[in-house]
Amino acid sequence: MAISTAVTVVVIICLNVQWGKAPPLGKFLSPQHGFWQNAESVDKDFGEDLKLTGLKGKAEVYFDDRLVPHIFADNDEDAFFIQGYLHAKFRLWQMEFQVYAAAGRVSELIGNKALNYDREKRRMGMTYAAEIAAKEIEKDPVSKSACDAYTAGVNAYIENLKESELPVEYKLLNYKPEKWSNLKTALFLKMMAFDLAGGENDFEHSNAKSVFGLDDFEKMYPYSQDSLDPIVPKGTIYPPQAIPVKTPDNLDSVYFGKRDTADLAPQQPRKDNGSNNWAVSGKKTKSGAPILCSDPHLGLSLPSIWFEMQITTPSFNAYGATFPGGPCVIIGFNDSCAFGMTNAARDVLDFYEIKFRDESMKEYRFNGRWKQTDFRYEHIGIKGESEMIDTVAYTIFGPVVFDKKFSGNSHRTNGGYYAARWKGHDPSNEFLFFNKLDHAKNYDDFYTALQWFHTPGQNCLFACKKGDIAIWDQGEFPAKWRRQGDFVMPGTDSSYMWQGMIPRQENPHLINPERGFLSSANQLPADPAVYPYYLGGDYPPYRGIIINRYLSQENNITPKDMINLQTENYNVFAEMARPVLLRNINMGTLDQDEKIYFDMLSGWNLHNDPDEKGATLFVVFWDIFTKVVWDDEFARTKLPTVYPFASTLLEGILKDSAYKFLDNINTPAKETLRDDVTLAFKKAVGICKVAEADGRLQWARYKATRINHLARLAPFSRTDLPVGGGTNCINATKEDHGPSWRMVVELTPKTEAYGIYPGGQSGNPGSPYYDSFVDSWAAGKYYPLWVMEKEEVNDKKIKWKMNFSGQ
Amino acid sequence: MLKYFISILLTAVLSFIAGLYLPWWGIALAAFAVGVIIPQRPIYSFLSGFIGVFLLWEILAWWIDNKNDGILSQKIAQILPLGGSTVFLILITSLIGALVAGLAALTASYLRKSMV
Repeated sequence: MAISTAVTVVVIICLNVQWGKAPPLGKFLSPQHGFWQNAESVDKDFGEDLKLTGLKGKAEVYFDDRLVPHIFADNDEDAFFIQGYLHAKFRLWQMEFQVYAAAGRVSELIGNKALNYDREKRRMGMTYAAEIAAKEIEKDPVSKSACDAYTAGVNAYIENLKESELPVEYKLLNYKPEKWSNLKTALFLKMMAFDLAGGENDFEHSNAKSVFGLDDFEKMYPYSQDSLDPIVPKGTIYPPQAIPVKTPDNLDSVYFGKRDTADLAPQQPRKDNGSNNWAVSGKKTKSGAPILCSDPHLGLSLPSIWFEMQITTPSFNAYGATFPGGPCVIIGFNDSCAFGMTNAARDVLDFYEIKFRDESMKEYRFNGRWKQTDFRYEHIGIKGESEMIDTVAYTIFGPVVFDKKFSGNSHRTNGGYYAARWKGHDPSNEFLFFNKLDHAKNYDDFYTALQWFHTPGQNCLFACKKGDIAIWDQGEFPAKWRRQGDFVMPGTDSSYMWQGMIPRQENPHLINPERGFLSSANQLPADPAVYPYYLGGDYPPYRGIIINRYLSQENNITPKDMINLQTENYNVFAEMARPVLLRNINMGTLDQDEKIYFDMLSGWNLHNDPDEKGATLFVVFWDIFTKVVWDDEFARTKLPTVYPFASTLLEGILKDSAYKFLDNINTPAKETLRDDVTLAFKKAVGICKVAEADGRLQWARYKATRINHLARLAPFSRTDLPVGGGTNCINATKEDHGPSWRMVVELTPKTEAYGIYPGGQSGNPGSPYYDSFVDSWAAGKYYPLWVMEKEEVNDKKIKWKMNFSGQ
Repeated sequence: MLKYFISILLTAVLSFIAGLYLPWWGIALAAFAVGVIIPQRPIYSFLSGFIGVFLLWEILAWWIDNKNDGILSQKIAQILPLGGSTVFLILITSLIGALVAGLAALTASYLRKSMV
């Protein structure tokens, strides 16, 4: 008997706890508790009557056939409460997982393999930044009430959640959701801030400068591009700068002349994070009303970063993409206007080298004195282990990310101390901006709202029914001298610090331009030759060029034309690069097969369409050409560096056929452009022959676009999507990155809008709504965005209704 | 024989009810209770617990899967890893529940014996 009891208990315990990566099997497989409960009926009824504490009045939510909720609430607070409730209902695991990732808490879920990741997030001060942001939110009555209501809505869902209803990822990883808070909303915002304004190459550039010397550095990493077509057109005159920027006296010896290196490579947001947006004024459209288009390019994920909804209260009626994690509509439109963002990509994260008195890091040298350090103690929970306490030193610049105890992903102990000055640490209240934007009725409202948008800087595009179109390169940006913050700066005195913020009136902007359109695609916002402040950052020029070319040619524009433009696969970079490449292939050395591929490239229509083989050949060819040119230079160092931009190499060889870097420095011969191009072409043909033999030379098959599940669970991901486009195309769909919310809004008296995102409204992999938009998105299709009127409650598109009331 | 069938049926019914109010191991309590109430030889007690929950979980999983068009089971059967086989996933589900219930019923039978 005793044995039998013991065996039973042991078996139950074994099936109730997690073994390695496997979920607790008994709990997980039970049809009444485990994952089976997430296998929702394909004809599930989402209708419900809910009485929830915290609601002031009554509200109705109508779900259409795509599971888009249309919220009708008596007041803003109730609307944001319900927004929080619905975000949690459909996306709870994602919301919380993103916040864990932002805060550096992943080790709590998966153990010490995430420890380095977590430590860097802590040391970057992500939670520190979020605490400051949460305080700002709570200082303002409007943002406080919106975020409080949102948080209460999320928690109302969590509190009523049964174990069987937990999202399946909690069951797989065996944990439970915590309560939501305004701090978590702020953490989500800081995650986005880092994703869009956390890019820098300070260590990589310092290393490159030290290895190659300043002259070659300037050639390899030039400030601007010849082909640049900036957001605010060339020829614009700027007022004299309000913030005089004084360059340090010892710049040449201490900064440019320094040859220090560091084996450090901070975590970076995706380089591809960018976007397109444009607006055309009524004089260029068929209807006479402005059209606004926005298409943010982000890492593609399931569940998607976006959730579509309509929010209607007596004070506003907004429709568009929302962030599960915070209140408001982010990219969308209301009854009066439409709005969209692209990343400003300004460098607002700089590293300073700190000189501490000793290894205790209690005091550091600053302006000739010893200054006291503040310490922040980060408690990092680790699954299956006791917690780790990481001590982070805070200086006048910001947190010391790298010191002798932490070198990020580098295995070597580094000799220096490096503090991060990040704009994201400064107080700001971006949700107030979105709140005001959702309520905006005209350009003045938009302009007023902009003052609350500091980080991540965005090219904020606006169009309204009154006919105005406007774009502001908006953010609070440091006023910098040329090359300030491109390299690690000395942190021993104030001379290298940021000297002030650019007044927002001096941010590049354009309102109702003569040419009748506005656009931004992450290129430089202004002509660096005349704009008074240094714009250092990472600015790809090509999408901007092709968008502006199309928009200046087109007239009588309809929303359908704009849809065609957003999904355009024309490769303008290839248009510029192909002639010089083809000219320099040494035909005499090509064999029969290579000649066939030569014809394939020269006959290609320059469109990265899904079935084009020429697109694959071009992309492979250019990649290898890049390696042929740069690999020998970069083999000189094992330290972290970044390769020069494609625009730099292309413009280099277009200007100068004897471009300095074409020579392979490891051979006695002097290689020419012809040698490098021919070698690269032959290698590319080799790769393409293998791809063709495998039946994947067609561009879409070669590129194999996929949408990964957020926790990289392959069966919850979508792979091998038949999508064209790619880098430098307006349809910037790459391997796992691309247009995350395509939107076209025509501001006719009754708004006509179209949109789609690569995902589905439900975050549940067991729901038919998990990925229901993916195939249409891949095919370049759009859904009409239905702004429901209260009188349309009997419309056939409405499938379910939720009634909310307080108790 | 009748006792045996009643035990199976009762195990299934009680396990289902337990599933509504208790964590997943409620099936062990249900099977145990049946084993205590209905005296059987240990082997039959084990089998009735085993078969009762096997059938219950098999039917429930199959029913849910059918209503879901197999959307989730196909994905989970790759994560676990069962080669994407839904049939296999349902079978494993039922066997795990059956084993727990069978052992609990067996324990009950021994307990009854030792007390009598």
